[in-house]
Amino acid sequence: MAEMALPLHGWDKDPILSVEHLFMRFGGLIAVNDLSFKVGRGDITALIGPNGAGKTTVFNCITGFYKPSEGRLVLAHGRAPTDAELAAVTLNGERALAGPDAGVYLLERMPDYKVSGEAKVARTFQNIRLFTGMTVLENLMVAQHNALMAASGYSLKGLFGLPGYTAAQRQATERAKYWLDKVGLTERADDPAGDLPYGAQRRLEIARAMCSGPILLCLDEPAAGLNPRESLELNELLRAIRAEHGTSILLIEHDMSVVMEISDHVVVLDYGTKISDGTPEAVKNDPRVIAAYLGVDEDAVEEVEAVLDEATGAQS
Amino acid sequence: MAVDTAHPAGAVAGSGTSILPGALKDAFLTGLIALGLLGPLVGFQTVIIDGALGLAYRPLVVAIMVGIIFVGRLILNLTVWSPNRAPKANAGSGPLARGALAIAPAFKPALLAFAVLFPAIAAFAMGGLNESRYLLDLGILILTYVMLGWGLNIVVGLAGLLDLGYVAFYAVGAYTYALLATSTPVNDFFAAILGETFWANWAFWFCLPAAGLFAGLWGMILGFPVLRLRGDYLAIVTLAFGEIIRLVLINWVDFTGGGAGIASIPRATFFGIPFNASEDGFAALFGLEFNPMHRIVFLYFVILVLALITAFTTVRLRRLPVGRAWEALREDEIACRSLGINTTNVKLSAFATGAMFGGFAGCFFAVRAGFVSPESFTFDISAMILAIVVLGGMGSQIGVAVAAAVMMGGMEMLRNLGFLKQVFGNDFDPSLYRMLLFGFAMVAIMIWKPRGLVSSRDPTIFLKEKKAVSGSLVKEGHG
Amino acid sequence: MDVFVQQLINGLTLGSIYGLIAIGYTMVFGIIGMVNFAHGDVFMVSTFIALVCFLLLTTVLGITSIFLALAIVLVVAMFFTSLMNWAIERVAYRPLRGSFRLAPMISAIGMSIFLANFVQVSQGPRNKPVPPMVTDVIVIMEREGYQVTLAWKQVIIMVLTSALLGGFWYLVQKTSLGRAQRAVEQDRKMAALLGINVDHTISLTFVIGAALAAVAGTMYLMYYGVANFADGFVPGVKAFTAAVLGGIGSLPGAVLGGLLIGLIEVFWSAYFSIEYKDVAAFSILAITLIFLPQGLLGRPEVEKV
Repeated sequence: MAEMALPLHGWDKDPILSVEHLFMRFGGLIAVNDLSFKVGRGDITALIGPNGAGKTTVFNCITGFYKPSEGRLVLAHGRAPTDAELAAVTLNGERALAGPDAGVYLLERMPDYKVSGEAKVARTFQNIRLFTGMTVLENLMVAQHNALMAASGYSLKGLFGLPGYTAAQRQATERAKYWLDKVGLTERADDPAGDLPYGAQRRLEIARAMCSGPILLCLDEPAAGLNPRESLELNELLRAIRAEHGTSILLIEHDMSVVMEISDHVVVLDYGTKISDGTPEAVKNDPRVIAAYLGVDEDAVEEVEAVLDEATGAQS
Repeated sequence: MAVDTAHPAGAVAGSGTSILPGALKDAFLTGLIALGLLGPLVGFQTVIIDGALGLAYRPLVVAIMVGIIFVGRLILNLTVWSPNRAPKANAGSGPLARGALAIAPAFKPALLAFAVLFPAIAAFAMGGLNESRYLLDLGILILTYVMLGWGLNIVVGLAGLLDLGYVAFYAVGAYTYALLATSTPVNDFFAAILGETFWANWAFWFCLPAAGLFAGLWGMILGFPVLRLRGDYLAIVTLAFGEIIRLVLINWVDFTGGGAGIASIPRATFFGIPFNASEDGFAALFGLEFNPMHRIVFLYFVILVLALITAFTTVRLRRLPVGRAWEALREDEIACRSLGINTTNVKLSAFATGAMFGGFAGCFFAVRAGFVSPESFTFDISAMILAIVVLGGMGSQIGVAVAAAVMMGGMEMLRNLGFLKQVFGNDFDPSLYRMLLFGFAMVAIMIWKPRGLVSSRDPTIFLKEKKAVSGSLVKEGHG
Repeated sequence: MDVFVQQLINGLTLGSIYGLIAIGYTMVFGIIGMVNFAHGDVFMVSTFIALVCFLLLTTVLGITSIFLALAIVLVVAMFFTSLMNWAIERVAYRPLRGSFRLAPMISAIGMSIFLANFVQVSQGPRNKPVPPMVTDVIVIMEREGYQVTLAWKQVIIMVLTSALLGGFWYLVQKTSLGRAQRAVEQDRKMAALLGINVDHTISLTFVIGAALAAVAGTMYLMYYGVANFADGFVPGVKAFTAAVLGGIGSLPGAVLGGLLIGLIEVFWSAYFSIEYKDVAAFSILAITLIFLPQGLLGRPEVEKV
């Protein structure tokens, strides 16, 4: 194989998430077809592809909203597991094997709320899903539900106003304030989330996801509907999240300026299959990607593929 | 018909041409439709004469009703819906709304003070304790429904789960008390260790928490199967559960006494001291002259305290993560799950908490009436509680309280329209029209104010005022 | 075996009536996504309209041919019931279209309570029995003194139901009204943009649903010979169960569901317990909604994230 000869990328050495042979079928339709890729720890990884390529379906599988038809989704806390560790977890059928400094989560076996609550994978949605009738601050408090719930003694302590809960609540508010500052919404903290302009809602959704303390942040088209200035701010924000919190980011995006500007790694999907995988530079020049995006007719694609096969054949 | 129909066509707005022909035509059509609707069932009455079915005729009634509709529509067409009329400035900043805003802060304490002083006010107004019995009974009824409304409000208003079977938990609470309090084995058990009259005197105080917990458990049991359901389907399944429980209560005669119900349930006591004329009775012990009204006043305060506990708990829970999760669930379930919230637990906790308060209220109902039967737990009651919650404005405590007072007070007033007998003759029974008007009111409220009286929502936490308010709270509470 | 065949016939008859009511639920749910709570009471009102008309024809006008009378009653009941449902939609539901989710449902509950009490007030709370009509029966089997019979009125009910369904299915599948209905069902705004009169189409749906409920009401009156103001809620719930069981939104499903519910009710009463037959109906409703919310012939709904 051609890839074997290439130097190992960061995402191959220490993946935070490995998607392995993922299939998703809806009735007779195959939305995701044998997809494998890795998301590097501390990387910004972009999942791109034409409309209907199956990107959001992949997201829904990773975040537990869909049960994949087949495949394994390995999320690694701390460090990547060794093959033996991984095999043991898979065999035991355990959802998680958390060591002192490392943990392995098989996301495909976990319900959606545990993917977020335990495996620490947070996400945003293509069509923004804020709690529009609640204030901006309340949105961020809901995101810290599990920690606060435990602190409130499952409501019993909270009901009688015991000090442990009050402290936890204060801490949660501080965290919310921190993220409000980050996304520039401090002034609007007490306004209903539904009143915010579109761009601000996108930022709030990211802040809310970050308030749940994720190690992997999945963003479904974060730049959709943003103007160029807002797009630039988004780039800044995502870079800051990675730099200051070490959170790895996986994003679906159509805006190539965002993708090429900030990502370390790009995976290209078309009709549910991976057609390219590599650095932004490499992907940009991949003829299959160009064909998929420009919608070249079938013959041309076949031609390109023939050329490619020749080239790879010659290499190996 | 008159609710949203287009303004009569024909006349051009503001042109000053006569709108009379158009208005007349429209009113005539409306009258014709009214005739079609009322004619068959109001104009003819099926009566049983000598064992056979025959018809009685009431053309005059139909004529009057159709006439009223025709004239009413005509007047409306010429005035309110007239195309020549200048459109009214938009509501919202009207004097009424501004006035409501101005009195809002003082409203809650005033209402609470009124509720606490109500027995005294009633006695004063009616000129004596015995004469105020009717008003106190009405007060107890209203407070029971305030409590039920607040309980259902947790499920429907906060968590956004439409529950049409809430009456089931009311029934569970009532039957828990009725069955335990009249149970011979339980009575014998306590008689053997704590004395003959112990259980009769203390049953209510033991059963009250039990009824709440048991109803809460039932809330979970019935909530579990419906976790995946949403909206209308959820409503229908909860309705089915409510009906199943009622039908079981009717048919399981050995256990529940069937349709005849359970009678002579022990009355409430003043924490073990019975309200009777005996030497260890309440009056004798407190050096008062025996008066059966003592028990009624006491019951009033019991339900007031129960209702206030409901309100206090709900207000408190709203500011806790579980309450925020309820509201978040109402806003967007999928987003909740994406934030690690186990929505199953959130839903079950909402069902259980709401059901628990229904159970308390049911226990109170049983002790007040001294009699329970499945007749008291029909779907109409669920509909009434739901109507109170919706009219109040979902999620609003004060709105629900006002709505309960208006609804129950209004329904009660219909019982007392005796003077109408003088207008319509002695056969006229105004209480028959209660549910008719109630149904009509439900439709009218939805069209008039689909979001209820109080549609705004109090945020549970502020950033700007946070430091001041929360800091002082912490100090006062624990410093 | 004999009892079984007899119950089968009875169940299919009852099921036909439920199926006719169920169509009203299924169509309204299909087109505006609302459970028309008042539909059972619309059915109940139609039995009274049929009763009044029947009495007028037989006792006042002196028509002796029972079939002529029934035919006239059917048409009259259909007309007035349709008018009523049209008015209900206009007054209680249309203003709430596009309002928040619960509003039309609560309005419908109110309307249901209103209708039941309207009939109670105007007609009195007592059962209204009519003398048995069309009493002829055909004996199909006879063994050891037990006769399995097929009553003429059962034949009428089943034949009429099938004929109406055929005609109705044609209406929805092949005519422009049906096309408009399906378009409004899919996307109300787009249908309006393409020149379909949405209000008109929805009104017509209510009218058709009521007309079929009126047929069911007339058949019910003929079959059971009694009308009561409280007989709207439970048949309504059963018909709704039928609609859900068949797959809400699907017309053949409504009829299939109706037949199944009719059979289940009759067999349950015959072999298990007549007291608990309504418990059985409500249980089936709950179980169907929980485990098979798409019904037998409906399309499953995929959660959209």
